[in-house]
Amino acid sequence: MNHDEAFQQFLLRMGDNTLILGHRVSEWCGHAPVLEEDIALANTALDLIGQTQMWLGLAGEVKGGKSADDLAFLRDAWDFRNVLLVEVPNGDFGRTLMRQFLFDAWHSIMLGRLMTSSDDRVAAIAAKASKEVTYHLERSGDTVVGLGDGTEESHARMQEALDYLWPYVGEMFISDEVDTTIVAAGIAPNPTDLRDEYYALVERILTLATLTIPESRFAHKGGRDGRMHTEHLGHLLTQMQWLQRAYPGASW
Amino acid sequence: MNTEWPLWEIFIRGQHGMSHRHVGSLHAPDAEMAIKNARDVYTRRNEGVSIWVVEANNISASSPSDKGPLYEPSESKVYRHPTFFDIPDEVGAM
Amino acid sequence: MYAQMVESEASNDDPDKLAEFQARIDADIKIEPKDWMPQAYRKTLIRQIGQHAHSEIVGQLPEGNWITRAPTLERKAILLAKVQDEAGHGLYLYCAAETLGVSRDEITEMLLDGRMKYSSIFNYPTLNWADIGAVGWLVDGAAIMNQVPLQRTSFGPYSRAMIRICKEESFHQRQGYDAIRKMAEGTPEQRKMAQDAMNRLWYPSLMMFGPSDKDSVHSAQSMAWKIKINTNDELRQKFVDQTVPQAEYLGLTIPDPDLRWNEERGHYDYTDPDWSEFFDVIKGNGPCNVDRLAARNKAWDDGKWVRDGLLAHARKKQAGNLAAE
Repeated sequence: MNHDEAFQQFLLRMGDNTLILGHRVSEWCGHAPVLEEDIALANTALDLIGQTQMWLGLAGEVKGGKSADDLAFLRDAWDFRNVLLVEVPNGDFGRTLMRQFLFDAWHSIMLGRLMTSSDDRVAAIAAKASKEVTYHLERSGDTVVGLGDGTEESHARMQEALDYLWPYVGEMFISDEVDTTIVAAGIAPNPTDLRDEYYALVERILTLATLTIPESRFAHKGGRDGRMHTEHLGHLLTQMQWLQRAYPGASW
Repeated sequence: MNTEWPLWEIFIRGQHGMSHRHVGSLHAPDAEMAIKNARDVYTRRNEGVSIWVVEANNISASSPSDKGPLYEPSESKVYRHPTFFDIPDEVGAM
Repeated sequence: MYAQMVESEASNDDPDKLAEFQARIDADIKIEPKDWMPQAYRKTLIRQIGQHAHSEIVGQLPEGNWITRAPTLERKAILLAKVQDEAGHGLYLYCAAETLGVSRDEITEMLLDGRMKYSSIFNYPTLNWADIGAVGWLVDGAAIMNQVPLQRTSFGPYSRAMIRICKEESFHQRQGYDAIRKMAEGTPEQRKMAQDAMNRLWYPSLMMFGPSDKDSVHSAQSMAWKIKINTNDELRQKFVDQTVPQAEYLGLTIPDPDLRWNEERGHYDYTDPDWSEFFDVIKGNGPCNVDRLAARNKAWDDGKWVRDGLLAHARKKQAGNLAAE
């Protein structure tokens, strides 16, 4: 795989993760359990949308000359490179926050490494995003602990959320030839190498939350390479892309 | 048992070197979450560098009828204000 | 104006205290929560601030309806930030109401079971993307007309909340106008959307100021207390005068064939809204009343386990800290 091709795939993976997760989180606006959470979730979504503009902007710059909006609104599901974890539906607040935590933990470690990327543009985006994500992780981690170790009902719901989401965690640590090329160029770490730090972090928080990590290490995959997304992504895109698709060429 | 989250009063230092100022209140289950909520609610436009939270129950306030005894005595101590003193122009800035 | 038709209460307090209270208000001295105040002032304010707060929260719904369909990343971020601000404004106002002795949960329950109202405007749907522009431009524009003078309202916490709100609100109307301008200057389909939004939202926006002064029975007391600063018709006229040239600039037609400049009055003459429609909406028969309340109730009910869970954890932690000491 040539360098530009792999570099762009890497950028799409970063940008599609934040795009799709930001979209999911934004679905909560006006519907959260309490105003303070409503406002906090919107902040998270706003950060993720901002990061999307940077990652997809750079992806378009590297190859193909497309804008971030072109990439977000005019690709079909098979061209998306986000992990499956971020596209699963919100479910209840517990599942949303558990998904956020499982992603934030990976995201914060990843961005930490990307701050020393050989590519200055990547390092700059990571430096900015990392500050935001450090806070996301603190907040989602605290909430997972609070709800896991809250009432009987909240504990049960958080365990259920963890059981549902756990099979989507492994995909974040699978390496393929895109990664090989990118790692060789010093642009990004090998996903596999983030695994130990991730599991240590996640285990620490989930233990505080009195939750049990499922034993199975089975991992659904197919998002990062676009080979097989979930059924949910198509519905999300249908909504997100509708105006751009229905009125091609209009400017908004 | 009351299941409503307690009310917290939020104080924010807007810039380095300034004192914390009361900006409003919010609800949170505990102090840590109150600080986080304050960050999300009251610093959306870069308003702060430091946050204090105090549970509203723990604030003791003077009562309005004390206003006279508490504050009026200082009104007569005009000499505490620099403009009380006339300094000749020739002396320069002071 | 999120506070339409707020009934003010009659006072039967000690006349001397009332006179002293009124003198403070007349001298523009703010009333603070611990100060003596007539029961009627307190009750009316709770109703007004509560209605205002509820309007912010219910108002998240029609605009939130388009967050997942915003046509560009930037528009999505702007809209989300704006709807988030509405949540913040609701929060500030609930806090102001709390200083009068009603907790947020109590006042929320009053919205959810229909004891308290919110602005009629939010019972109208947002049907195309230009509605988002129109809501910012017209609805926020109308709200700002009312909120700017309310910064001077007599009750300290309400006034301070309004100052903060107005500061944040200033971008809302501008982003709305910017969004609809893009449509008005865009493709024929986009122009059609913009005009459609204008056609549907013009009269509901005028209704936001509440019934005509001749039918508005509660204004006098509220104005004496400075919790209402201008009359409904004054503000409505001001809004029309301000909006007509803005619509002309966009090339949009205001759906009122009798709208015209009156040289003598120095104002635009306009046709009043259909007040029977307004009273229908207030009574619960607007296009979205049922859905809006159902959405708020669902969020509240679904969120109960979260609120309880986080509180239970906080109490455990506190008990643990005490035990460790």
